[in-house]
Amino acid sequence: MAALTILYFAWVREAIGRDEEKVERPETGTSIAELIAKLATRGDGYAQALGDPEKLRAALDQKFVPLDTIIGEAKELAIFPPVTGG
Amino acid sequence: MSRVSIQAEDFDIAAELAALEACGGGGVASFTGIVRGGEGLTALELHHYPAMTMAQVGRIVEDAMARWPLLGVRVIHRYGRLAPGERIVFVGTASRHRTAALESCAFLIDWLKSHAPFWKKEHFSDGSARWVEARVEDDAKARGWLE
Repeated sequence: MAALTILYFAWVREAIGRDEEKVERPETGTSIAELIAKLATRGDGYAQALGDPEKLRAALDQKFVPLDTIIGEAKELAIFPPVTGG
Repeated sequence: MSRVSIQAEDFDIAAELAALEACGGGGVASFTGIVRGGEGLTALELHHYPAMTMAQVGRIVEDAMARWPLLGVRVIHRYGRLAPGERIVFVGTASRHRTAALESCAFLIDWLKSHAPFWKKEHFSDGSARWVEARVEDDAKARGWLE
């Protein structure tokens, strides 16, 4: 199955040090929160950016969704802090 | 007429208002957001999620047009690095009567302020910088419109 593209924004992007990456598609039934917990174990920047999921919001294929949403067949996951508008 | 632009460049308010006035209504309402200075702020850096911004703003403009009898809607939002005093966002609405124009304009800017996928970083004269945190009251205001 195709890889999953993850986009990072704002301080999440700064801490991780990249704006996007492709990862192997997680197992069927994996939620965004579960993937975030897994990514957070990758090391410094990831732990700093993703260690506190309370501060994070997400979008799947450009739609805001709660973190307990199952990733399923989505192509693009975005992880970011709460938006601060215009 | 409805148009949305997400752009780095500044915009010409007089031209935007003239286009809304030409929609044939009896009133035009608008809101212009300006980068607020003070506390040593030297620049505001705006990031956004391009694929999502256009889709989301387009949807909320459709909502506004379904809710109020509007003849024209114009939304412009800038991104990039902006100095205090620079224009950052514009919302303009045209309708036959003032109530629809004023209410829909307030609805759109409240939504943009709280739900549009933008993030702001403040830069200060001492060289420090910080990401702006989401405001709880903005979130509550936008929810109020949707209830």
